[in-house]
Amino acid sequence: MRRSGGLLAALLFGYAFLYLPIGLLVAWSFNASRVVNVWGGFSTKWYGELTRNEAFLDAAWLSLKVAATSATAALALGVLAAVVLVRLGRFRGRMLFNGLVTAPLVMPEVILGLALLLLFVALEQAVGWPDGRGFATIAIAHSTMGMAYATVVVRSRLAQMDRSLEEAAMDLGARPLKVFLVITLPVIAPSLAAAWLLAFTLSLDDVVVAQFVSGPGATTLPIEVFSSVRLGVSPQINALGTLIVAVVAVLIVLAWRLMAARRGG
Amino acid sequence: MRVGGWRGGVGRALVLAVPYAWLVLFFLVPLLIVGKISLSEMRAGVPPYEPILDFADGALVGVRATLENFALLFEDDLYVGAYFQSVGIALVSTLLCLLIGYPMALGIARARPDRRGPLLLLIILPFWTSFLIRVYAWMGILKDEGLLNGALLWAGVISEPLVILNTDAAVYIGIVYSYLPFMVLPLYATLEKLDPSLLEAAADLGARPWRAFLSVTLPLSLPGVVAGSMLVFVPAVGEYVIPDLLGGGDTQMLGKALWDVFAFSRDWPTAAALAVSMLAALALPIAVFNRLQARLEPEEK
Repeated sequence: MRRSGGLLAALLFGYAFLYLPIGLLVAWSFNASRVVNVWGGFSTKWYGELTRNEAFLDAAWLSLKVAATSATAALALGVLAAVVLVRLGRFRGRMLFNGLVTAPLVMPEVILGLALLLLFVALEQAVGWPDGRGFATIAIAHSTMGMAYATVVVRSRLAQMDRSLEEAAMDLGARPLKVFLVITLPVIAPSLAAAWLLAFTLSLDDVVVAQFVSGPGATTLPIEVFSSVRLGVSPQINALGTLIVAVVAVLIVLAWRLMAARRGG
Repeated sequence: MRVGGWRGGVGRALVLAVPYAWLVLFFLVPLLIVGKISLSEMRAGVPPYEPILDFADGALVGVRATLENFALLFEDDLYVGAYFQSVGIALVSTLLCLLIGYPMALGIARARPDRRGPLLLLIILPFWTSFLIRVYAWMGILKDEGLLNGALLWAGVISEPLVILNTDAAVYIGIVYSYLPFMVLPLYATLEKLDPSLLEAAADLGARPWRAFLSVTLPLSLPGVVAGSMLVFVPAVGEYVIPDLLGGGDTQMLGKALWDVFAFSRDWPTAAALAVSMLAALALPIAVFNRLQARLEPEEK
């Protein structure tokens, strides 16, 4: 179909708008000068400073642990929720369940953060757990957030799945659990990977909820970045941002190639 | 057979119970607690609110619920202002996203099929990089001695630096920038399904491209418009990071007000009341959205 000049201009403008800030961030990260408008020569000194910043490194490690834990929990919960919604048919409380699964998607993060914090405070008073806030409370909060997204991804794949393989296995006498583990899970595996990655990224990126449910001594990387960014522009953050962009770009291009190769072959 | 049925029953119950229990404990109950605390009085101490129910010797002796926190929200110009400013900023940002995002989605949908994938990937890619750091990049662009002012001064368009950072304008830019992909993706999904023969028919009947767009493309893409608008509007109302980093002292949005009240004033009941009223503000658009989605979806086919 003919593409009009107007649409092409809109596309160019849109992509420039999306990528200009990212490009500038990368350029600034190699600028020896602190001032964004002055090019002080090429330098990697901000990367050096970043690797010596203990607070950032500790926060990054905690963030990765939280993200891996919560993505795994979110995936397990999301698969169960998807099975409930797609396969269990009618049951009492289905409406409420469906509402609870999808509501976190549209819940403002400040409300989710506040609500979970109030729960943790109430629980600590009532049963003495969680004793202070940190890794466990952030991981629980992120699992709840990630579960909603994981459910959406897995649910749509499960609903599209051809059931004849499962039926064949059942006819041959396999028990439901075995059918699920040996047939269903491998068939929906790509959606499981996508759901895990989505939950992982959401957790790594979250600052609002984490700020509510983290405690002293347990700061995640976004919290650390947020508090340093509030004080103004800092070259170390430029370097950190560039590293994140580089990792993501490499991973996405690899995934893209892999998918393209599979489709082509 | 009975044994098999029994085992299936237990398995079924387990599959249902685990996610259900998680959602009730870590989503429903917390929201109910927010509702409860929004009705209680503040006090100095840990936790900083009075219990609503008075127990003595294991028996309920009194209920102390108050609507004072909500009354305070309505009396205080700060919160009323934040309420209207949040909804206003979110609305304008949604419209701006639509204006920029619609032509982009249309452009991608009409691109050669082998180019659509990479073009879409480029829309999604920023979403996978840190949101916080992308918002932060705008600080370097928009500040008084930032890149935009530098370029405009150098080009001689302005003689004094424009003050953009810490104003509402910067908040609009930040929100539109962050949520644009959420607008483009659902729009693309509906536009891509659009049957090109409809447009050819319109052209054969003598409709100019603009007319064909207004009477064929636009009405058929309404589900995407509604979905994209909600995906931008709802999180924008509760946005906290963008107004905090890019907005100024007079940009009061609900999400930021909630955090400030919670963290700095340590007034949990008022923070909870703010959360409840924010949910009330969002309940209507979400309900309208669900209605429209339900009504528009059969027409998609």
